[in-house]
Amino acid sequence: MLVIIDYGAGNIRSVVNAFRFIGADITVSGDAADFPRAKGLILPGVGASGYAMKQLAPIAGAIRRQVQAGTPLLGICLGFQLLFDESHEMGIIKCLGLIGGAVIPIPPGRTIPHMGWNYVAAPAGMRLMQGLTPGRHFAFVHSYYADVSEPTATVATVEYEGLTMAAAIEKDNIFGCQFHPEKSGDDGLQMLRNFVTICDEGRVC
Amino acid sequence: MLTKRIIPCLDVKDNRVVKGVNFLNLRDAGDPVELGARYSDEGADELVFLDITATIRSKKTIVEIVERVAERVFIPFTVGGGITTADQIGLLLRSGADKCSVNTAAVQNPDLIRESAERFGNQCVVLAIDARRAPDKPNKWIVTVKAGSEPTDIDAVEWAERAQKLGAGEILLTSMDADGTQAGYDIALTRAVAEAVDIPVIASGGAGTLDSLLHVLQEGKASAVLAASIFHYGTYTIAQTKDFLRQHGIPIRP
Repeated sequence: MLVIIDYGAGNIRSVVNAFRFIGADITVSGDAADFPRAKGLILPGVGASGYAMKQLAPIAGAIRRQVQAGTPLLGICLGFQLLFDESHEMGIIKCLGLIGGAVIPIPPGRTIPHMGWNYVAAPAGMRLMQGLTPGRHFAFVHSYYADVSEPTATVATVEYEGLTMAAAIEKDNIFGCQFHPEKSGDDGLQMLRNFVTICDEGRVC
Repeated sequence: MLTKRIIPCLDVKDNRVVKGVNFLNLRDAGDPVELGARYSDEGADELVFLDITATIRSKKTIVEIVERVAERVFIPFTVGGGITTADQIGLLLRSGADKCSVNTAAVQNPDLIRESAERFGNQCVVLAIDARRAPDKPNKWIVTVKAGSEPTDIDAVEWAERAQKLGAGEILLTSMDADGTQAGYDIALTRAVAEAVDIPVIASGGAGTLDSLLHVLQEGKASAVLAASIFHYGTYTIAQTKDFLRQHGIPIRP
C-alpha cells in the first residue's frame, strides 16, 4: 500500500486518479500513523511553498523519519520543491531538507510560468525513467525551480529558453519530479508505474 | 525545448459537446468524456471544456463531467464558462480540473483574478478574453462579455496586461470576429497581446487551414492554439496537425 499524503495544499485528485488508473494500491491520508505501514509515500502539492510547509509542519518530522527508515518517497511538483533545503518564494521558506539545494525563481526574460510539454533528458539508469519513449515529454507548470547542490543525486534536466532546470531527481530512496506525471499522458503513467515497482521491490537503503 | 500546444476546445451544453458558427446554430458533436479521451489518445496536449449552459443546474453538470474526465484523461485540462466566484474555481479544481478560465465575471470584478490566484496559485487561473476589432480603429480591440454579445469600453491588450498583474497565469484569447468562421486566427490581435504580457497566450477563434495554425504560432507568437470545429468534424486529426506543424519547424510534442 502506498500513501498519498493529503496535507491540504492543492489538488491531489489527479494524482489519486492516475495511481488508481495504473492499478496501484493507494490510501489518501494526512495522518502520520498511516506512514509506517506504507511501502511508499507520495507528496503531491500545488500552490505556494510557505503555505504548503505550514500545512505540512505537523507531519514533516514523521515524513523525515520514514524516509530515514528507507521508505521510498516521491515528491511531485510543489512536493518536489519541498524536498530541498529551502525555497525563495516570498521570503525564505525552510523546507524538508531531504536533498541539498534551494528553490529559486525562473529568471525573467522568458514566458513565465514554464507551462506546457517539454523534453526531459535523463541519465542512463535513472530508475524513475525506465521504459519511457525516446521522445518523452512531460507536462510542466511552475515559476520556481530547484537549484540542486546535492552531489550524490541523479538529476534529469529540462531546457527552457537557455535555462537548464532540474526536472526529476533520485537520491537513494528519495525521488521527485518538477513536472506532473499524472498529467503527462502515457510516459507520465509509466513513470508512476516505475515508482510503484521501486516501492514493491522494498526498502532501498 | 518547450513545445507549442495543440488544444481541442469542447463547448459543453447539457452534457454534450456542441460547436456553432459565431456561437449560433449549435450542432451536436458528441460526449465530452469520450471526445476528451479520444483527443488525449490522439496526442492533444491539453483540453479546454467550456460550459455554455447558462443555467444554475449547469454547475452541477459540469462538475460531474470534470470528475469523469479526470478519471480517464491524463493530460492538463481547463474548465470555464459562467464561473463567477473563487469558491466555484475551488470546487472545479477539487473535482479534477487543472485550470479554470474566467471571463465576464472577471471584467465585472477584476478582484476575482487576484483572489483566485492567491488561493489556488497563478497557474490555475486563466483569463479568457473575447475580443472584437474596434470599429474604424486599426489594431485596436475591445473586450466583449456575455459570450461576445456585449461590448465594453475596455482595450483588450490593456486588460491582458492588467490581468497578468492581478495574477492570471495564462490568457485564452478569442477573436470574436474570427470565431467559428474557419477563416484564420486574428494574427495581429494575438501578437499584440502576446508581446504585451509575459504569461502564455492561447490563440483561439478562426482555426481553419493548418496554415492558419502555423501563422498564429509563428507571426502571432502564441504559446498554444485552440480549435474546435476542425477537430470535431474531422477536417484534420490531431496527428495531421502536429505532423504539419513539425514539418514547418514548430516544436511539437511527439
